[in-house]
Parts: sequence; C-alpha cells; structure tokens
Amino acid sequence: MDLTLHVWRQPGPNAPGKMETYEAKGINEHCSFLEMLDVLNGQLAERGIEPIAFDHDCREGICGSCGFMINGVAHGPMPKTTVCQLHMRHFKNGDALHLEPWRSRAFPVIKDLMVNRGAFDRIVQAGGYISVTTGAAPEANLVPVPKPLADTAFDAAACIGCGACVAQCPNGAASLFTSAKVSHLNLLPQGQPERFDRALSMVEAMDREGFGYCSNHAECEAVCPKEISIDFIARMNRDYLKAKSKGVMKASLSGGG
Amino acid sequence: MTTILDSKVPTGPLEHRWQEHRDHLKLVNPNNKRKFTVLVLGSGLAGASASASLAELGYDVKCFCFQDSPRRAHSIAAQGGINAAKNYKNDGDSVFRLFYDTVKGGDFRSRESNVHRLAELSVRIIDQCVAQGVPFAREYGGLLDNRSFGGAQVSRTFYARGQTGQQLLLGAYQALEKEISAGHVTMFPRTEMLDLVVEDGRAVGIIARNLTTGEISAHAGHAVVLATGGYSNVYYLSTNAKGSNATAIWRAHRRGALFANPCFTQIHPTCIPASGDYQSKLTLMSESLRNDGRVWVPLDPNDTRPPAQIPPDARDYFLERRYPSFGNLVPRDVAARNIKTVVDEGKGVGPQKNGVYLDFADSIKRLGRKVIADRYDNLFEMYEKITGENPYETPMRIYPAPHYTMGGLWVDYNLMSNVTGLFVLGEANFSDHGANRLGASALMQGLADGYFVAPYTIGNYLSGHLGEKISTDRPAFTAAAAETQERLKRLKAGSGKRSVDSFHRELGKIVWDYCGIARNAQGLTKALDLIPALREEFWRDVRVLGAEGQTNQELEKAGRLADFFEFAELMCWDALDRDESCGGHLREEHQTEDGEALRDDERFSFVSAWEWKGADQPPTRHEEPLRFEFVEPSRRSYK
Repeated sequence: MDLTLHVWRQPGPNAPGKMETYEAKGINEHCSFLEMLDVLNGQLAERGIEPIAFDHDCREGICGSCGFMINGVAHGPMPKTTVCQLHMRHFKNGDALHLEPWRSRAFPVIKDLMVNRGAFDRIVQAGGYISVTTGAAPEANLVPVPKPLADTAFDAAACIGCGACVAQCPNGAASLFTSAKVSHLNLLPQGQPERFDRALSMVEAMDREGFGYCSNHAECEAVCPKEISIDFIARMNRDYLKAKSKGVMKASLSGGG
Repeated sequence: MTTILDSKVPTGPLEHRWQEHRDHLKLVNPNNKRKFTVLVLGSGLAGASASASLAELGYDVKCFCFQDSPRRAHSIAAQGGINAAKNYKNDGDSVFRLFYDTVKGGDFRSRESNVHRLAELSVRIIDQCVAQGVPFAREYGGLLDNRSFGGAQVSRTFYARGQTGQQLLLGAYQALEKEISAGHVTMFPRTEMLDLVVEDGRAVGIIARNLTTGEISAHAGHAVVLATGGYSNVYYLSTNAKGSNATAIWRAHRRGALFANPCFTQIHPTCIPASGDYQSKLTLMSESLRNDGRVWVPLDPNDTRPPAQIPPDARDYFLERRYPSFGNLVPRDVAARNIKTVVDEGKGVGPQKNGVYLDFADSIKRLGRKVIADRYDNLFEMYEKITGENPYETPMRIYPAPHYTMGGLWVDYNLMSNVTGLFVLGEANFSDHGANRLGASALMQGLADGYFVAPYTIGNYLSGHLGEKISTDRPAFTAAAAETQERLKRLKAGSGKRSVDSFHRELGKIVWDYCGIARNAQGLTKALDLIPALREEFWRDVRVLGAEGQTNQELEKAGRLADFFEFAELMCWDALDRDESCGGHLREEHQTEDGEALRDDERFSFVSAWEWKGADQPPTRHEEPLRFEFVEPSRRSYK
C-alpha cells in the first residue's frame, strides 16, 4: 500500500520544528508501523534526506521506548497496542497519517518524534520503591500476600512507562503513570511502612515536573497499551488525602537516628 | 602463544567453596567506600542490581545506559521465569539438583564452582525480589507459586505472568532509582560507551558518547563493570532489542580483555517466523507453549490445505516421532535443529514456507479453551497482533531465532576479566551456562552476579587501591578519546551509497547461514572469507546521513555494526577451531546417527579465551581447562 505521512521534523531540542509531508510507497500490510518507518527512512535516505528519528528498542511492546501520536491518538488506532506492535494491516492504501511527538510541557522534544521522559524517572525517585537494601530481605514466603491483592498489584505494575497517558490527557497529567506505581507498591504488605509518604512525595514530584492535574477525562485509560485502570488514580488520591489529613511527616529515607 | 588461564576457583568441598571464599575476601572500611568510584555500564538486571547494591554499600557509582531510562534495558523482555532451589513444591529440588541440571544442560562446558554458587544464591534472589515488591504469581493461600519450565523435572520456576523479566527489572530499577535519589548513583541515560581506557593493564575508565548532544566524554573509575548483555544481534534478526549490541565488550576485548567461547549461542526454537524482507526483529513465543502445543508439518510438502483440514494421518509430528519420551519438550537446541531441518527439506508452512505448526487444538479439546487462555492468553494475543492470525483457531507458526549468547568476556571466579579492575556481569560474561543455557536461568544469573557476587568481589579488589587518585587528565584518556573521535569521523566521512541496515542484514545472513544452528568447517571457512570482504566494503560504501553533534541514530547503528563485523569473524574462528559439537554448537562433522551433538572431552574440555591481535590478524587462543569433580560428564539423550 501507499501512504501519505505528515511528520513532525525538529532537528534538536531548541530548534524550531515543522510538519513535512512524505510518500511511503509499497508498504506490506504485514509489517509493523515502525518497520513501515524503517522502509520510509530507507527511501528518504536514498534521496539524501535525513531519516526520521524515533525512539524504539524491544519492538515487542514491553520496553516502553516507542510511542508517538498517529492522527491525534497516542500509539494509533488499535486499543492496548504500542506502535511497535501496531501492524499496517489496520490501515488502507491511500491513508494520510499525521505523526507527532508526545505533547507535554514535561516531555521536551529531543528530535523529530523523540521526547525526553526523564520526568518519569524523577517521579519514581520520589518514592516509587520499597526501601529494602540488598541482603536484608526475609524468607520470601514469610509474608503471605492474598492472591487477589497480588493480582491487582500486578495489574498496576504492568505499566511500561511509555508516556501515552500524558500525551493523550487534555491536561497533560501524569496521574495514570504515577498512580500505577503508587498502587503497585501500596497494595502489597511490603509497601505499607512507606505507604503514605510514598503517595505524598510522588504526587508532589508529579506537580513539580510540570504535569497537569487530573480531571477524570479517562483518555489515558483508553490509550494505555497495558490497560492500566483509572481506578488506580482514585486509589492514589485516597492515599494522598489520608497522608495530607494525617499530616504525615516525611520520614528521612536514609534511615538511622 | 597459548597460555593456561587461572580461574582462581577455590578448592575444598563444593558446597563450602563460595562461603569460604567470601570469608576471606578483603573488606573496605565503611568510611572509605565513598572514596571509590565504580563505573557500571548497562542497567539491565545485572547492571541495575550491581549499581544499587554497590551504592547501598557506600561506593560512588556512575551508571550508564544507551536507552532513555534504565528501566528499558532488554532484560525487560524476558517472559518465562526465574529458577530458584527453594523446594517449595516438596518435589525433591535442592541446590545440588539445580547445580547438576545447569552443568548438564550446559553440556559440560561451564565451571562447576561458578554454577554451584549460582544455585546457592538463587534462593536469596527470590527473597530480595519479593521484599522489593515484585508481584510474583501466588497460590490462593497467598504463598508463591512455581511451575516446571524448560523440561525440568521439578517445579522451581518463579514467574510473574508472562512478564517475569519486566517485573524483576522494575524491582532492580526501583532500587537503582532509590540510590539515585539518595545521591549515591549518578545516572547517565542516552549515553553509550565507545571505548575502555586501560593503563598499565588496568581498567581506569571509559570514553562515552552522549546520544543527544554527540558530546564525547571521559569518565574515570577505580573499577569498571560491564553489564551490557549479549551479542545475538550479530545475526541482525534476533529476539534482542534493536539497540542491543556488543560494542562495550568488543571495545574491551580490543583493549586486552579475553573473549571466551564466542561461538556458544542459543537459538530459541519458538519464535514467530519473518514475514518479509522489511523484518526488523523476531519475537519470541515463550517456551512454555510447548507444554501444550504439538509441533507438526504436513507430510506432503505441497499440501496447501488449511491446517485444520489436514487429517492426522497426513501430518508429521516430527518431534514426537523422533523423541518418543520427551516429544515436544526436548531441549531448545534439539528442537531448533529439528525444526530447521524440516524447513530446509522444503516442508515448511506459511506463505514463505519458513515455519512449522505449533498446534493447540488437541489441548483445547482436552482441557477447554479457558484453561489454555489462563495459561497463554497474553502470548496468544501478542501472536495475533503480529501475524493477524488467532492461535485458538489456527495453529501458530514458529521458527527458531537467535536469542541468547552463552559466550562473553572471560572472567575468573571473582567475575573479573584478565584486565585488572574490569568486571563483567550477566550475559556479557561467559561463565555459568557452558554451551547451552537452560530456561529461566538468565534472570537468575544476572541478579546473582549483581546483587550477591560483585558487591563482595569488587570490594575485595578495591581494598588494595585505597588512596589512589583517579583522573581523566591522563594520556590514556586523551589517546582513547582521540581514537573514538577519529572513528566517528571515518564512519561519517564516506560518500557511500548503502544503508547501515543493508550491510547488517547481509552480515547477519552470512553468520546465520554458516555459524547458526549447525556449522561445518567448509561453511565457516567460507564465512571467514566473506566477512572481511564485506567489512571492507562497509567502511568504503556505508552512508551515514545527519550531523555528529546531535541525535544521530544512523551513526549509532553504524558504530555498533562496525564492531559486529570484527566480532563476527572471531565467532566464526572459534566455531571452526572447536572441532566438536556441544550444546548449541553443532558441528555437522560431529554428530550421532540421530543428529545429536557429539562432544569430544579428550580434546575440548576447556574454555577457549581469545586474544585480539589486530584486524586481519588471527586471534590467539588461550585455554582454561575444565575439571569435573562432582558431576561425571555424560552424553545427553532425549529418546
């Protein structure tokens, strides 16, 4: 099939960008969206045009590297699918597609379709872990975890940190991402000692990074490739409010005393 | 000249060796630990766990990854599980049994002492991960669930749905972020190591390129840790992530680190076949599928009927036919070879006739669709996304693909290479899996090295270097940085016409054809002619567009491919030199009538560790003899 692609081209973080139009010719319906871009990049290079830069790595939907907007939808038209797992059989000959990088103040563009998602790592640094050092762990079966709880924690832990939730949110909120990590850890018995500090610190970090506020549009859930539920946002908000009302003091994470 | 390498393996009873050794490792005073800088390359299971553990101890750690976040390292894609000798199922498992299975599975080409240590540490890994919040599968009583994996006769595999690697990596990543937050680790994402700096035979730092700005920087450390994964992407098409590469270990090799057993590669039998020439990578379908799927092809190669309409007597269930007792559950290498043979004979299925069926119809009939869905739904969904076919209704098509590499930089019992101060962890080293890795063992090794071995052995090394100043302001750094700049310039300079990928595909095909599932002297000799010729053409005719001082993915790929070219030659050298079959290395000249690997313990019971002698110079082989004191080498049989 042949496609017309309108692609955001931006040479660097501080350079102005613009949409460019390219024709992708002879695309096989069985190739993935990123393989289609590989083919297009080959065709561009033949003409001396620099290939389109986009993040990608595992190409099996688990590393979370890839992602951009396709006609205004994060990761494109198929539900629970990253762009590397999106295949061209879902498009038709002659389609015109607009490709843009994630749109968020907190995700500055690096080049073309690549953005800087360092803000996500900094949110995790604020408390997205259990403070256990290597060697200090008790026997694994000492603390039973009810299966339904473990399963729900897993549902939250399945987040791949791609950033689609932020890109699709009209407010540019990172609540789905943050709540997934807060919920994963706060549901488990091992996560209880730091539960309220975690919710407080991670929500504050989210605000600090310049993400917007959640106003329950649920657009994030609709585009999430791992089907993370917005129920986790409610759970995070509950822990955050409890933490606030209790006036929990931020415990020193370095311990001692 | 060939030398005999000393692995520094302790003596005494096997089960006490690690404990004894650890008891005598030197320690660094807590107040002095912060005076040592350790550079860790890679942030996968081995790199993240080592970085976090070293930082917790008090060392000053710098961690580098080429991805935009340490959470994206390719460990994340491991599906199946992680082994541990907990014996929770009361089915007779033990540390010894896990050790035994791993040595035997490695076809007697690994070090007994290392493997026993790995089995001992396996139990603590599970404890550590559970404490971090890794959501392993649980039973209704709330305790951890186990399954049998990869043909093991006991259930010792811990798992988190089909995403065990993801959850273990996120555990290690979170521990790493905790230490970054505490100021004990400085993280350098989107940064790639392009050279190792060696001074008087000792690793003192690295040269790296910032992948966003193109800036070349030097970093000095008291020790350098490579945890940069394997080299399956030498084949171009593999199950590895697109960015996975051998540059860090290859650059270290060029600086003097010996490369051990490069020809030991694992081809995973159950991956989705390529669908066209645009194919950019291959996707693995978990080995666990063979528990309920039956492998077959039509007896008549020209049978074009849809699979469901082919009656049982017109099908060849070739694994069940050839291996009546193990059937579809034969080890990975045996399955891969048989599948390739069938496809080579023209009996392949699918539009390109490049796969065999993996059929769940009988299991669905026997167990019901729900049971099958509970076990494999996420895999079936993934398969359908990629192929557009529904495995509940039509059999999967599968074909082997390069997946894991057992070879890697040579290390001693302390995981230190022959270059002093250079430690190598996880898939990047060679030590634990011999000639074939068992399922659910890669995650175990990466985490054992990072959490529980390197923190002790690196401390032991550093204790002898207290008070030594490190600085990048030394001739070795200046020279290495200049060489790196020069190389990048050369890659950019060509007014070539061919894309990086076209060269990589061509190299990959040579290596796959002559050093893939089965090898022979004639083919390997041919590959050793073809590769240098193609390498020269690459340097002459490669086209790298875009500027150097900014994000340039073509330049990144070109640099990695340049190293794969040199590495591919070494891999073929090693395969030609190892004139026996063992594990994943099948030399066609050495097989039984049934096509099983014929080991030659008389001549080849050693580790080949190769020394770089320069491009266009044959490498020199050094040897580490392998002694089996506790497990009698035997021949595998899966009849």
